[in-house]
Amino acid sequence: MIRLKTPILASIALAFALAGGLAIAQEEAEQPKPPRQDWTFAGMFGVYDQAQLQRGFQVYREVCANCHALSIPFRALQDPSGPGYSEEQVKALAATYQVTNAEPNDKGEIFKRPATPADIIPRPESYPNDQAAAAAFGKAPPDMNLLAKARKYERGFPWFIFDALPGLEYQEIGSDYIDGILNGYTKPDDPQWNLYFPGHKIAMPQPITDGAVKYTDGTPPTLKNYAKDISAFLTWAAEPNMPERKKMGLGVMIFLFVLAGLLYFTKKRVWEAVH
Amino acid sequence: MKMSGPTTYVPQSKIGRWFESRLPMMGLAHSSFVAYPVPRNLNYMWTFGAILSFMLIAQIVTGVVLAMHYVPSATEAFGSVQHIMRDVNYGWLLRYMHTNGASLFFLAVYIHMLRGIYYGSFKPPRELLWIIGVIIYFLMAATAFLGYVLPWGSMSYAGATVITNLLSAIPFVGTAITHWLWGGYAVGDPTLNRFFSLHYLLPFIIAAFVGLHVWALHVTGQNNPDGVEVKNVERDTVAFTPYATLKDVFALSLFLILYAWLIFYIPNYLLDADNSVIANPLATPAHVVPEWYLLPFYAILRAIPNKLIGVIALFASIAILAFLPWLDRSPVKSAKYRPTFRFFFWVFVACCIGLGWLGSKEPTTGLVLIARILTVGYFGFFLVIMPLLSFTEKTKPIPASIADAVLAKNRVAAPAE
Repeated sequence: MIRLKTPILASIALAFALAGGLAIAQEEAEQPKPPRQDWTFAGMFGVYDQAQLQRGFQVYREVCANCHALSIPFRALQDPSGPGYSEEQVKALAATYQVTNAEPNDKGEIFKRPATPADIIPRPESYPNDQAAAAAFGKAPPDMNLLAKARKYERGFPWFIFDALPGLEYQEIGSDYIDGILNGYTKPDDPQWNLYFPGHKIAMPQPITDGAVKYTDGTPPTLKNYAKDISAFLTWAAEPNMPERKKMGLGVMIFLFVLAGLLYFTKKRVWEAVH
Repeated sequence: MKMSGPTTYVPQSKIGRWFESRLPMMGLAHSSFVAYPVPRNLNYMWTFGAILSFMLIAQIVTGVVLAMHYVPSATEAFGSVQHIMRDVNYGWLLRYMHTNGASLFFLAVYIHMLRGIYYGSFKPPRELLWIIGVIIYFLMAATAFLGYVLPWGSMSYAGATVITNLLSAIPFVGTAITHWLWGGYAVGDPTLNRFFSLHYLLPFIIAAFVGLHVWALHVTGQNNPDGVEVKNVERDTVAFTPYATLKDVFALSLFLILYAWLIFYIPNYLLDADNSVIANPLATPAHVVPEWYLLPFYAILRAIPNKLIGVIALFASIAILAFLPWLDRSPVKSAKYRPTFRFFFWVFVACCIGLGWLGSKEPTTGLVLIARILTVGYFGFFLVIMPLLSFTEKTKPIPASIADAVLAKNRVAAPAE
């Protein structure tokens, strides 16, 4: 009698799953997902492309830095597995910024001085804090230091299961999201309509178009390239240790597989005595 | 039966004998983990105790080191986590080990608990062992909740607000208790500071209860997949070392492969993106969800329209586990010999997975209805199915002893060769 119940129960479960799935598919049909891009840092052996990150940093400085902070230390730009600028370049870059010294001087006055590589990249001068930025824009532009980790889109069932599996793993959701948003201003008459932003109304009007930034390494100055480069740069900014992490992971996985193999055969050998 | 009488351990060196006669630690370790007899028919479902012990130690070690760099202040917590991730040597590794370690800790504990329900490990004489386990689980859930608040991301803040607000459902004293817990009129800096203190404390209380758990286990001995108690130590059991030790270590190495995969290749898979945004009391995330291991309970809480009854159902869904020894009285322990119970067990597991999935979704009318049905299924398994099947189920004949069960299994395997 129990044998008969299983198929009936399974059918009921399936019906519920389908109903639930249909309901969710309905509401997601109007919200397209950003297309998946190819990234050099994707997969088990991914690394950052130094030239791409340097172009991305250029885009940040010339376009995004007008409104967005990027709260990472200047010295991070020297990261050899990241943008890889030299010490002199970073010192020179930092010196072009003015920062408020943490301690007052001997007279007790708070003073400004040129930044050093140890300082955090200062936020845009015009907007000293989030409240001032919100007053100017309606909504404060978020700090970009974790943006690539702070953005996602619904993967849905069953994709979110595949996203965890070796070979199919997908961690670059934030990168694809940012790239999608930048390419998603598809209605020229509505500067705040974005194809991929949830609900389509984004507070940020289109920030960058073809030709806005002059690349010096021969890469075509198109919106598509700007979007890819800034997304890659922001991914590095959010996760600078990714290449080291994946490299260490390879060593750890190989070690663990060898260990597991040895333990398996040892266990079998020892238990032979008992079987 | 298991640990009766003094140990057979005799130290080899003079220093060893001097120490042992004053504090017989080595003898205790020997009788508990070397000479200790375990049933010879245990399967890999019995390796999760060792895996859990390892994970508890891993969480404590990574947590203590993280605590050297973390700052439990509302203004500095988020930044201190960034400092750990970017500047502290291998801080990123410690952080990812700790967050993903918590998830795997729960994966292991759920398998461990389901093993207990399936094979009847909670039945006499192991009722107290089981209840101590339920207490450990409660403490784990509390520790995980407190830990999740610490990074002070927007989901941390939202989660802290939702769960602490549940206390206000208590009649008369609820609001006062909630304000006392918060240290203010909303979740804020005092809340974060005391949550850090409690998060550091609870794992050591867990460790103490784990000690009691292992002690209680060693008094009664392990249950086994056939649910038949040990009758003859010679024939039915093997020494813990090297047999169970090796099996545990092998299973642990497989578990570590999964752990390493998470840490090194998909460390943010289980992390909610909204928690990479700093907490802002004025900006709540669009979808407030807890970590995956608390989703089924979240679904049960939201399924019930009344706040107080929802809170009671939330705690009852875990507390009911403590009553299993008195809800399931079937004299046959193992589901291996209980086909009807086995069917409902898997329905129960499906309910849990369904509730977990529902906990991650926005509660639309249709989904809330399904959540209510699954909640009835969840409680029904314990309150209706188990008592009903206790004496009415037609069970398969159980083997006469563990040795007989193992011989029968080998006989089935032999003709195939």
